[in-house]
Amino acid sequence: MTESDVAESIGDIVSRLNNALDDLETKKNQTPSVLKGPTVSQERPSAPYRQKIEKLSAEVVDSNPYSRLMALQRMGIVRDYEQIRDKTVAVVGVGGVGSVVAEMLTRCGIGKLILFDYDKVEIANMNRLFYQPNQAGLSKVEAARDTLIHVNPDVQIEVHNFNITTMDNFDVFVGRIRNGSLKSGKIDLVLSCVDNFEARMAVNMACNEENQIWMESGVSENAVSGHIQYIEPGKTACFACVPPLVVASNIDERTLKREGVCAASLPTTMAVVAGFLVMNTLKYLLNFGEVSHYVGYNALADFFPRESIKPNPSCDDRHCQIRQKEYEEKISSEPITLDIQAPEDEPIIHEENDWGIEVVDSDTTEAPSSSAATEVAPGLKFAYEPTQTPKKNSSDNLKLSPSQAVTKEWMENIRDALLEEDRLKKEQNKRK
Amino acid sequence: MDETTKSSLKAIPLCKTKAGPRDGDLWMERLKAKYEAIIAAVQNNKTSDRDWFKLEANERGTKWFGKCWYFHNMVKYEFDVEFDIPITYPVTAPEIALPELDGKTAKMYRGGKICLSEHFKPLWARNTPKFGIAHAFALGLGPWMAVEIPDLIEKGIIQPKA
Repeated sequence: MTESDVAESIGDIVSRLNNALDDLETKKNQTPSVLKGPTVSQERPSAPYRQKIEKLSAEVVDSNPYSRLMALQRMGIVRDYEQIRDKTVAVVGVGGVGSVVAEMLTRCGIGKLILFDYDKVEIANMNRLFYQPNQAGLSKVEAARDTLIHVNPDVQIEVHNFNITTMDNFDVFVGRIRNGSLKSGKIDLVLSCVDNFEARMAVNMACNEENQIWMESGVSENAVSGHIQYIEPGKTACFACVPPLVVASNIDERTLKREGVCAASLPTTMAVVAGFLVMNTLKYLLNFGEVSHYVGYNALADFFPRESIKPNPSCDDRHCQIRQKEYEEKISSEPITLDIQAPEDEPIIHEENDWGIEVVDSDTTEAPSSSAATEVAPGLKFAYEPTQTPKKNSSDNLKLSPSQAVTKEWMENIRDALLEEDRLKKEQNKRK
Repeated sequence: MDETTKSSLKAIPLCKTKAGPRDGDLWMERLKAKYEAIIAAVQNNKTSDRDWFKLEANERGTKWFGKCWYFHNMVKYEFDVEFDIPITYPVTAPEIALPELDGKTAKMYRGGKICLSEHFKPLWARNTPKFGIAHAFALGLGPWMAVEIPDLIEKGIIQPKA
């Protein structure tokens, strides 16, 4: 064997070894860590504080973790709260927004959470909620699971520590959308809580292909505005349909030029956006209220625009266009029905009424019309109408505007005062 | 944009097919065009004596790796460079990473991905799908290195490799 032969075979062996190592690394990253779950939970022996609960109870005792949630039924907000136990939600990105979203859903008793993130917890994250300094260095999904299973052992938590935008990982991500639910079927909702355009486009692509309803969320780099958006492929605008929406934040654009890439963040904005996102999620999953298509948040002016955005017929995403056609066909073949079915007004029956309290209908003829003077911003109304001064000649006032009525009343008062003065003068004259 | 960047940019052939790594044959077509563009760019750099990177990819063209280097005061600083082609490519640009500089500069995301959001991503968004890897290097990595590397050297954070 010549020297060059030896060198060649050594080179060959080295490259094969490197390939094998690379393969091992990618396999390790691909394996959903739910499969190797037990080893992790064994490393941190934190015995759950309670046993799993099979059936949610509405019993009002201090030890029932669900009593306040089940009270939503008694209050007439949610018809069947317990169906939340069958729901599976994927949270992509468990940073400032996603971790809080995951915690809220866990505390609400969601059936299953699937978390995706490839980042590690850093001390620089401590200005946001959820993670603790002692978790620095851990992968975010593992750290989140450790906390969440302790908060609510009823929730199934599956974690994936990878970047969904690369080829192999994307296939796993799509697979989990398709088969990730509690019954190994399609999941109920995807929540995007990522911090970059690439990942949002990847979620958008997957959801358009799989016809999966999802919600997008975001907080601006200057930390003073944010938004959530509900995306039903074909029905509402997808993420590629329109340029990303931002809430005007009333800041001089030039001040946004930043040194370096360090984005600002506040726990407040993150929590507000997380709250909006989970509220919209609960409304969607449990079928109550109105699911918002878009809610913006401008922290500087406390401005909350709420919009609906139609899909773009010439959207760049091929699957978005397919979904739009499907949706058009679907609605053209369907009888027109309202999207949101208003729950029938059932009379509220109180179980006990020892004091015989009744609600008495106010006289409908007396009901104050919402005149210009009492109208407030759209979406707001008074809990009760402000007390009104009794009108003397209400029949005369009918055709007058409120300001005219006030002027008229004022004039009448002056007239009355003048008449009274006149009368007194006459009386004094008589005495003389 | 200065004149030398403009001239080197003009010399890079534009990509014609809008295809991502999940598009099968169309992707292979774009990959071919991409290789041609990179070869042209490297050739162009060599003839003008401004050669500054070399690249190769895995078989499917989804993972790219190589070297890039920068001369400062006649000393060569060389770095490993790598990136994945995201599944959303070419709508989103590849995220170019210099892993050995991870944590050494603020203008970098986790894993050593250089920050392109300010100077390059708007440009990419306007020119998709015509831009390819060669453009990302010429307009993204190139200017980033020209700003960051001298700064890192002056701060004493990086030293030339012996």
